[in-house]
Amino acid sequence: MSSIHVWWVGVDAPDEPLLDGVTTEIARVFEVPVTRYHSGERPTDTLDVRRQQHHSTAILRWLKLHRPHDARKLLALTDVDLFIPVLTFVYGEALLDGPCAVVSTARLGPMAPRHEDAPRARARLAKECVHELGHTFGLVHCAAAACVMARSINLAAVDGKQATFCSDCRLFYLERLTQQGHDHE
Amino acid sequence: MNRERTRILIVDDEEIVRESLSGWLEKDGYTVVTVPDGHHALARVGAERWSIMLVDMKMPGMDGLQVLEQTRKLQPDVTVVIMTAYATVDTAVSAMKLGAYDYIVKPFDPEELTIMIEKIVAQQALVRENALLRKVLRREYKFRDLISKNANMQRVFELAKSAARSNSTILILGESGTGKELLARAIHAESPRREGPFVGVSCAALTETLLESELFGHERGSFTGAVARQRGKFEAANHGTLFLDEVGDISPKLQLDLLRVLEERSFTRVGGTDTVAVDVRIIAATNRDLNKAVAAGQFREDLFYRLNVIPVHLPPLRDRRDDIPLLVDTLIEQLSVEQAKPIEGVSHDAMSLLVNHAWPGNIRELRNVLERAAVVASGSTIQAGDLGFHQPGTGAQPGNVLMTLEEVERRHIISVLESTGGNVTQAARILDIDRVTLYNKIKKYHLREVESA
Repeated sequence: MSSIHVWWVGVDAPDEPLLDGVTTEIARVFEVPVTRYHSGERPTDTLDVRRQQHHSTAILRWLKLHRPHDARKLLALTDVDLFIPVLTFVYGEALLDGPCAVVSTARLGPMAPRHEDAPRARARLAKECVHELGHTFGLVHCAAAACVMARSINLAAVDGKQATFCSDCRLFYLERLTQQGHDHE
Repeated sequence: MNRERTRILIVDDEEIVRESLSGWLEKDGYTVVTVPDGHHALARVGAERWSIMLVDMKMPGMDGLQVLEQTRKLQPDVTVVIMTAYATVDTAVSAMKLGAYDYIVKPFDPEELTIMIEKIVAQQALVRENALLRKVLRREYKFRDLISKNANMQRVFELAKSAARSNSTILILGESGTGKELLARAIHAESPRREGPFVGVSCAALTETLLESELFGHERGSFTGAVARQRGKFEAANHGTLFLDEVGDISPKLQLDLLRVLEERSFTRVGGTDTVAVDVRIIAATNRDLNKAVAAGQFREDLFYRLNVIPVHLPPLRDRRDDIPLLVDTLIEQLSVEQAKPIEGVSHDAMSLLVNHAWPGNIRELRNVLERAAVVASGSTIQAGDLGFHQPGTGAQPGNVLMTLEEVERRHIISVLESTGGNVTQAARILDIDRVTLYNKIKKYHLREVESA
């Protein structure tokens, strides 16, 4: 049984090589099978007209109801700008120790393959995907600035970290993985 | 920085705000609880300790400022941040005046929120560290139940510790309320006699006959009412320490009796003939100037020399003002336990008054003032008004506060110096004393600051 599903829920057509890259990166860090999930369904009633942003918590609620039945963890990727009511924006959000996470490409930089900043933007996306999925395994923010679980309060902070867990967070992740009954392959 | 120890209470009537804010902060590892209104918030504040409160300004019923005001009374050390959707200068000023840490406008930038919370947590860690260091320092400054960081007192402690190891008689000299008995007890506790009894007797409290019987005991029938043989304090203190407080006040006859015991280490009970030998270490204390008493023929010179083997001078509180904050801290901790009332400390203004007070009654007076203040204080911090001091310069209010003559004099001098702008010549003229006398009084009452004001 697959452990992590990756689902494009954006407005534009999915950038398949980009999503494949994210899937590979997640499989490398989490050491569990990762599957792409394809569905034309999209979250509804998540747009705040006044802010012209989508409410990430509402997206998470929708994902929880619409996730594939065999997905232990679901990572949704989107191109819409995300917010939570108290913050001006978020790069992504996850249910702590829960089944779903969502990450947006909107504020991470240009993803178009030919753009000169694309490698950096794609690296940021991979890091944010690992970060939000880390929360679904119960990991909280890490004080080590280079750890992928360090806070992502701005792009400089995202650029400053690696796409992997620090040793403490990795240990915690492996313990949680065992507790949650995943097969560590 | 310890995030798990940081407990955050979110107060907001909008469920979506509570949910998103708690979700964000929980991912930082903080313990977060949310409540929908001021009443629920105050119930939680009254029942548990919180590190940070994020309080919405506009809520039905009790608004954010009212929650802030009540919280300051219940838990003054909790850091309160007011959140609002509409920023106005007036509300920001009101919030800050009421003691809010900050005032933030929703929605916040993630960086702004994170940095603010991190800053608060770091400051609270510093406060905790500071409290811990103060506790460690207090241990360093302690000699049993006495505490001081004053250099003269530290020398007293050193001398007392050395003296404790010997068997010599100690004479503690110091004004009333300076802690003479506490020092005597500390010496006993540090001495090889610590397993033996510590027996104290106040020589000034009893008549000559009663004191004689109290000290040496009596045989049955030695006087009316002596229905049985009674052991005296000397016998009770055998193999231990006998503390003779206010020894400067004993009668000439008892001075002679005491001299004999000190010389022979034995005595006879009142009405008895048998000699009773005792092994007692004497610690005597007085607030009188025994040199003067000897010169005036009121105290036996030979007894004075017998008692004055190791003299220890306890300085009055006014000569160790640097100790007052430390003593206030320690006494408040004790009073908080005794009165079962959480008192966190004293305000800056109150501490300033305490440090500058004359303290004719020394530490005993300080304790009484704080005890009264702890009772009348409405919050957990003692304010200047709770001390019951009459503020200098506000005119005399006879009958309002009972003061010693010295205190009245000190306050009057301050008031006159204030009215002359610190001009001593002019003040001396108003007081009808010469300048030298006024200078001496300024020195005596430590009024340099007023003088130069």
